[in-house]
Formats: sequence, C-alpha cells, structure tokens
Amino acid sequence: MNNTTTLTAQQTYYQLKRNWLAFSGGLLVLAVFLIALLAPWISPYDPSQIDIKNILIGPNSRHLFGTDELGRDVLSRMIWGSRVSLAVGFVAIGIATIIGIILGAVSGFYGGYIDSAVMRAVDIMLSIPTIFLILAVIAILEPSIFNIMVVIGLTSWMEPARLVRAEFISIKEREYVTAARALGASDARIIFRHILPNGISPILVSAAMGIGGAVLLESGLSFLGLGVQPPTPSWGSLLTSGKDNIEIAWWLSAFPGLAILITVLGYNLLGEGIRDALDPRQRE
Amino acid sequence: MFLYGIKRTLLMIPIILGITLLSFTVMHMAPGGPAEAQMEFSAKASAEARERLRKLYGADQPVHKQYITWLTKFVTLDFGDAFADGRKVKDKILERLPITLTINLLSLGLVLLIAIPIGIMSATHQYSILDRATTVFVFVGYSMPHFWMALLLIYLFGVQWGVLPISGIQSLDTTGLSWLGRLMDRGEHLILPVFISAIGSLAGVSRYMRNSMLEVMRQDYIRTARSKGLSENKVIYKHALRNALMPVITILGLSLPGLIGGAVIMETVFGIDGLGRLMFQAVFSRDYNVAMGLLVPAAVLTMIGNFLADIGYALADPRVRLR
Repeated sequence: MNNTTTLTAQQTYYQLKRNWLAFSGGLLVLAVFLIALLAPWISPYDPSQIDIKNILIGPNSRHLFGTDELGRDVLSRMIWGSRVSLAVGFVAIGIATIIGIILGAVSGFYGGYIDSAVMRAVDIMLSIPTIFLILAVIAILEPSIFNIMVVIGLTSWMEPARLVRAEFISIKEREYVTAARALGASDARIIFRHILPNGISPILVSAAMGIGGAVLLESGLSFLGLGVQPPTPSWGSLLTSGKDNIEIAWWLSAFPGLAILITVLGYNLLGEGIRDALDPRQRE
Repeated sequence: MFLYGIKRTLLMIPIILGITLLSFTVMHMAPGGPAEAQMEFSAKASAEARERLRKLYGADQPVHKQYITWLTKFVTLDFGDAFADGRKVKDKILERLPITLTINLLSLGLVLLIAIPIGIMSATHQYSILDRATTVFVFVGYSMPHFWMALLLIYLFGVQWGVLPISGIQSLDTTGLSWLGRLMDRGEHLILPVFISAIGSLAGVSRYMRNSMLEVMRQDYIRTARSKGLSENKVIYKHALRNALMPVITILGLSLPGLIGGAVIMETVFGIDGLGRLMFQAVFSRDYNVAMGLLVPAAVLTMIGNFLADIGYALADPRVRLR
C-alpha cells in the first residue's frame, strides 16, 4: 500500500476524473472570488465613471464589453458587481445556515414539542411562495444590500434546518453519543462537539447550492429594481439596462447574464461535487 | 383514508392561522400603516380627513383587534379594495388568475413531457454521450437566471429575426381574425414565456428523475425481474418507472406554489398582466390590500397542493401508510 501523501500522476488523473464536478466548480468559484477580491486592481475603469460622449458603444478595444447608457464601462461594472453578488450570497446563506443549524439541532436533539413547533414553522414558511414574501418584505423595508441579505437569509433557513434535524435524529442514537452522555457531557457539549461535526456534510452541500440560489435571487431582485440601488453596480441592474436597450445594445444583456451564469454554475457544480464525494460509493 | 383527510385538514388550520399572522405582521411593519400609505398620495389631505381615514381602516384600534377584524373579513373573501384604482381586490385577482394559470400549467406540462423521458433515458444509458450532454444541459439550465434567458430569446426571436411577438398575450389588432386566428395569435405570444418558465424546472426535474430511476434500478427486485426473463422494456417501464415516479410526484406537489407566484419575473419582462405582475405592482406601490390578498390564498393553495401530493404518494405506493 502506498503510505506516502504524494499522488502519482496516474492517481491525480483518476481523482480528477472522479471528482470533475467538484474540481470544475471549485475552479469557477475561486476565479469569481479572486475577481471580486482584486476588483480595485483589475477593473480597467471606475465603474461609476460617466462618459456621455461614449454611451451605448459596442465591444471594442477600449471597452471590452462595451458601455452602458451613461457611458460607463460594462466590464468594470461587472467586476465590481461580483462583489455585491458574492457578498449577498455569503451573508444571506450564512444567516440561513446558522438559523437552520440552531433550529435543526434543537429540533432533532430534543424532539417532542420543540420539534413539532419548529416543523410547523418550517411548513408555514414553505407554504408561502418565496418570491411573494421577499417582495412584500422588500416593499416595506427599503431596498438596500443589507435588507436583501437579511430577507434572503430569513427565507432560506428551512432546508438547512431540515437537513440538520435529520442528521441529528440519526446520529444521536450512535454509541459515541451515548458514551459522551454517560461521561456526563452537557447537552450543549454533545450537540456542538460530537453530533454536529459528524453531521456537517449535507449542510456543506446545501450551503454551496444555497449561495448559487442567493446570487440568482439577488440579481433577480436587482433586475426588478428592488435590489441594490444605483449607482452601486449589480449584475441584475446591469440586465435592467440591457432590457431597456435591448434593441440597440445586445452586450448589456449578454455579458452580465453570463457572469451570473458562470458564478451560479460554479457553486452548483461544487455543491453537486461535494455531494457525490460524500455519498457512500455505490457499486454498479 | 377519510380520517386522514380530516386529520390533515384540521392540522392545516393552525398553519393557515400562522400564515395570516405572519402576513399581517409583515404588513404592519411599515411605518404608519395602510391609511398613511394612501395618504401619501394626496398631500392636501387635512388632519381631519386623515383621522377619518384611519377610523375607516380601523387603524386607531389596538393591533390585535385590527387583526381580528381583518381576519374575519378575509375569511369571507372580502379582501378590501385596491389602493391603486379602488376596485375590489378579489376581482383583480380573478381577472388575472386564468392567464397565470395557463402559462404555468402549460409550462408544467412541457416540463413533465420532456423531463421525464430525458431522465429515464439518462438513467438507462448512464455515462453515454446522451447522459453527459443532458447533465451539462441540466446544470447550465439550473444555474441560469431566467430573465437573462428571456432577454436573449427576446433578442433573437423578437428583434433579430422578428419571428415571435415579445410582449403581451395578444396583438393589438385581433378584431378581424376568426376564432382560430385569435387562438393562434394567443399561442404565438405564449410560446416564449412558457418555454422559458419551463427551462428552469426542466433541468431540476430531469435530474431528479434520473437519480430516482438510478436508485430504483439498483434494487433487488429489478434484478429479479430481469432474471425472470422479462424484456428490458417491461423491466423499465412496468417495474422501475412506477417506483421511480414517486419522488417526482412529491416534486409536483411542491411546485404548486410556483403555479401562482412563480412567473413574477417572466410576466414583468413580457408585460403580461398576470398574478405575478399584480403582486409586483402591488408591492412597488405599497398596495397592501392587494399584496395580502395574494399572499394568503397563495399559501393556502400551496398547502392544498402538498396535501394532494401526499395523497398521490399514498395511492402510488400501497406500502405508504397515512398516519
């Protein structure tokens, strides 16, 4: 048996082939993350720089992706827009996952009335079409990046909660949990030190795919005008300009949408890849 | 079975109450309240008029009393009047219901028609070119923003090639057309919205179908069926399919909320006057009566959908016991 930690070329190839989902997803995610991180340095223009003389110009050597209706460089706006999308994705799903873990853990661990109450809450939230709820809440609070993060987070906790609850229900019967209890560990300790670390994998999958979904939601809201407000660039609001100028400026629609697609695709592939990697391998 | 129905219906009541409570709270989170919102638009309203309006809306009552009043009116399907044009909310909803339902049902039908066979074929020919191609297609479709796809298709079909109409549900000058002509005109307008609505779910459902089918085909009873000498077709369609369809039925039940509200973005992009667009407009103009009038029935319908999905599940699999 090979006990060293270095992989031969053949093994690497094999790993890559088996986990191509996770690898390609991971690459895309990393790429977008770097773009967002390095925005101030790689953006060719200031994203808010208005240039009336050059409005609605197609892709050319000076503006790789063209300009919008105020002469702002589309590529720069897209690069800065990635920050908004990723920020919303991470924070919103972070909120949703934390809420989900807490509710799911308590629900699965204690069962009984708490479990029923939490499951009722989940049912209520799942019954309302998410879009309607988000629209209603955004209408009442003002559209701002913070409110969007919170709203998406508050409407996405149900899936992590269910997953965590299922994991807890199955794990809490295992021997090491009984052992920990016999040793006098407190409930909190058991939950956080023993059960949760072992049940974390479905949450990772759900979080990855959740980020993809959150990015889609944010761009949808911005597209409708209920997301981040101008002049902050967002992929969704770029697409609104695209829609308004669809007959004369195809680049305003094509490129920002492509950015959304690639980002969400990355997270979905990553999520699927993690799921495949963690599934007990089935024999054909 | 009958007892189960009763039990489920009774269980639904606290949930519905919870939904109304949630919606009511959301509504009243706004600074001021419905009276204030309407007052915003008429700056000349005197303080007296404001007071009278507040009394009319019952806004001077303590909140829990307001809730009860609102709830009693709601149950009798009196959703109040829309702020925008003073018409009854109920009428506005009923007007737009057929359009939204048509688009969404057609879209759902399209999804089922295409996704299920694709899923089956992917599963039976695992790792083939078809499987890989559809996998890629599925992932891309799943990750793509619908409104972007809508814009691209509008550009291609509407602007560049001028083949399909890109807004509304019928042309402006349909008066001279026969009944059939009008129908075809309607159909032309619906092609893009329905197709784009379908793409999103298509990816998910076909993937689900594929995974479900794969899991079923690993089972022992499939191996038994094969070793009994049954033709492959019989094995797949008679034995595997029935079992693999069950998660898909669940998905169907869960997609019922989408039937009502899912088309918000589509309707806005295509300028179709449906429920989604109504909700969007209501929200934008703080038309609370309309917004609430849509939110709560939508939720109730969703629960009914879940209930039906459970029943369907039980019918399809005799082993499932309804508690």
